[in-house]
Amino acid sequence: MDMNQYLSMFIDESNDHLQSLNENMLQLESSPDDLGIVQVIFRSAHTLKGMAATMGFEDLASLTHQMENVLDLVRNEKLTMQDYIFDTLFKSLDALESMVQDIVQGGEGKADVSSIVASLQAIERGEGAAAASSGSTPVQETSTPAAEGIELDEFQFSVLNQSIAEGHQVVYIQVRLRDDCQLKAVRAYMVFELLERAGEIVKTFPDVQEIEQGEFEQGFSLYFITQKDAGDLQSQILNISEVDTAQVITLDHESLEQMAMRSTAAAETAAGLAAAPESPAVSLQPVKASESVTPAPKPQAKASGTPAPSRTIRVDIERLDVLMNLFSELLIDRSRLEQLAHDAKNQELTDTVEHMSRVSSDLQNIVLKLRMVPVDTVFNRFPRMVRDLAKSLDKKIDLVITGAETELDRTVIDEIGDPLVHLLRNSVDHGIEPTADRIAAGKDETGTVNLRAFHSGNHVFIEIEDDGRGIIRENIIRSAISKGVVTEDQAAAMSDSEAHQLLFAPGFSTAEKISDVSGRGVGLDVVKSKINALGGNVTIYSTPGKGTNFSVQLPLTLSIIAAMLIKMGSEKFAIPLSSIVETGIVKQGQIRTVHGIRMIPFRDSHIPIISLSKVFNISDFDETEEIETEIVVIRKGERLAALAIDDFIGQSEIVLKSLGKYLPAVQGVSGATILGDGQVALILDPNAFIK
Amino acid sequence: MGEEIKVIVFKLGTEEYGIEVEKVQTIERLMPITRVPKTYAFVKGVINLRGVVIPVIDLRGRFNLPEVEPTEQTRIIIVAVNEMQVGFIVDSASDVVDLNSDSIDLPPEVVGGIKAKYLRGVAKLSEDRLLVMLNLAEVLNKSEIVQLEGLEE
Repeated sequence: MDMNQYLSMFIDESNDHLQSLNENMLQLESSPDDLGIVQVIFRSAHTLKGMAATMGFEDLASLTHQMENVLDLVRNEKLTMQDYIFDTLFKSLDALESMVQDIVQGGEGKADVSSIVASLQAIERGEGAAAASSGSTPVQETSTPAAEGIELDEFQFSVLNQSIAEGHQVVYIQVRLRDDCQLKAVRAYMVFELLERAGEIVKTFPDVQEIEQGEFEQGFSLYFITQKDAGDLQSQILNISEVDTAQVITLDHESLEQMAMRSTAAAETAAGLAAAPESPAVSLQPVKASESVTPAPKPQAKASGTPAPSRTIRVDIERLDVLMNLFSELLIDRSRLEQLAHDAKNQELTDTVEHMSRVSSDLQNIVLKLRMVPVDTVFNRFPRMVRDLAKSLDKKIDLVITGAETELDRTVIDEIGDPLVHLLRNSVDHGIEPTADRIAAGKDETGTVNLRAFHSGNHVFIEIEDDGRGIIRENIIRSAISKGVVTEDQAAAMSDSEAHQLLFAPGFSTAEKISDVSGRGVGLDVVKSKINALGGNVTIYSTPGKGTNFSVQLPLTLSIIAAMLIKMGSEKFAIPLSSIVETGIVKQGQIRTVHGIRMIPFRDSHIPIISLSKVFNISDFDETEEIETEIVVIRKGERLAALAIDDFIGQSEIVLKSLGKYLPAVQGVSGATILGDGQVALILDPNAFIK
Repeated sequence: MGEEIKVIVFKLGTEEYGIEVEKVQTIERLMPITRVPKTYAFVKGVINLRGVVIPVIDLRGRFNLPEVEPTEQTRIIIVAVNEMQVGFIVDSASDVVDLNSDSIDLPPEVVGGIKAKYLRGVAKLSEDRLLVMLNLAEVLNKSEIVQLEGLEE
């Protein structure tokens, strides 16, 4: 069968499942007793295994199979989650991820997973069994799905009862063979032979004949009378190859009676079959049994919510891009129509065009929304990353994510991942102090890193805040001076917040020693330039001893922006509204020259005025010939400047277009747009005008 | 035997030049060009070609030939090389000819003031008609332009 057509679906779904595995594992790590989560994890692993096997990715399937085995033990409470099990499972997830990546890149998805499989098997067999046998004293066993209660007739019941009275041991044994066991009948026979040497089998389920013909699921159970110790029996049974688990439960009068009653009552009580030998309290068991049952429905509801949160379809991203481009074209035509209708002064035409404008702005909203992706798609890999980092640095760190549902344009999402990883690593590595330091400083030994996303106006803010040591001004300044980023005089004049911004200066890295985590020589300046390239901004707020906050401001979308159109003689330009503070008019007389820089009074201070016609060599306009000049006050961060211009045309939604690959970057121009009359107008980059 | 190729023929002055037809996207009449400040002198600006912004260069300027005022015959040839789209302003574009690649000879050092490195060769169309084939990759080579600009300063 040709699987290629299913491959992309397989990859998408595998990634979803891996993601959910990762998330749920982290959740489980914080509350290891929640069996509901184990159920969800188990189901994901199981689905993944099935898909991988169908597609013929055997390594993938076999690794998930082993994970499933371990999880099965956990979910049946035969194994309690411990740190090393988490680590092994996380390692397995990593291996799975790299295999899926390999498949994405056209590989076969093959990888050497033998060591991970071996350690999983160790957990499952050796360690798992040890845990089970050591825990067999207060065992609180739920039966395996295959086992149903064994019905005892009166005769058998009295035999067992009598044996107990005579001081024999009556045990209930439940054996489960490994899922991949080939010769079930043979293994069962070996178990029987072993037991028959040690005592007498009273009753089995299924029947002996059925068992000998291999007609049973993975497990079978039996009542057994013996003189031997239950623990010995169990380890002997486990010594038989391909036996997955064996439970040996010693029965007394009460538990026998209870068990017989239950088993005769109904099959559903299988879960209640569990009999704790040393627990005489009959009433205790149903309670415990119900405990282990009740959590299940909750996560089930959750689980059914995750794979199908709403009625959605997967759409190729390229198609959305095409839709976006087509829509941009429409927007250009709309502006053109508006202009024509305005010129033609035909009422009916004007009405129609107005209606079309309204419809198209609704359409614009929808098209933009289609491209919006929750930041969660970037955030979701962070908990795992922070966990691993914290572990490798031997720190305790809580990552608290809020606002993961905040939406951003896909183009921004694609680009924002790496800078955020860098900032997070920075917080974990440099921000949060080592545990000892935290305790010495009287802080909670577990550090907290807050990752917040939220909307504000036309922007989305992403904040990374840690409660670590904060930024110590002296350290930065010393480091900056030694690296030649600033001079001592400059440094002395800096305010605290200006000093903090030095972190973003090129060639600056505070990491005193290069660690594995951050400080690889790629400084925060890369983060800043990347975010600036996205039309965003990043600022630092820090209080020494209290922590540091990196605030990243991002535009909602990169493809359509609101802009002010201006005229310079015969040429037209667009200035992004986001960087315009205000517009106004100055008289020539108001312009003063300070230290050779032309300044104008603005609000309570003076700001430089820049001649756009000189910067861009515009031939048919010169503001110095005017008595009054229109200005646009623009800003870059806190700093302001005025651009002297010819005239305002108006505000408009413009579609960003690149200038093409051939032209080198032009200083002061960030791109181009197409106006209503079909002409190209350049978009000014206000950042370039303020040094 | 060489392969048959189709070539778009255009004129700069009296000289005829050729570009392989598969590298030409379209030929347009002169349209409004938006000036781009602070760039190479021969870059005339950008145009809107059905929603796509494309830089336009004056081929005369690129080859250091004297620039002329546009006429009714002036055309913009849009070429696509190495995923770059660029428009060439030429004096006129009139013809498509079939050519055998064998008939292209190595170019002489200088043809009509254009350096040999920009040329792929010269093809003889008839006794008194020569066609100069352009080497587009070199014409659009930016590193070389950067050096040129550096020399001029």
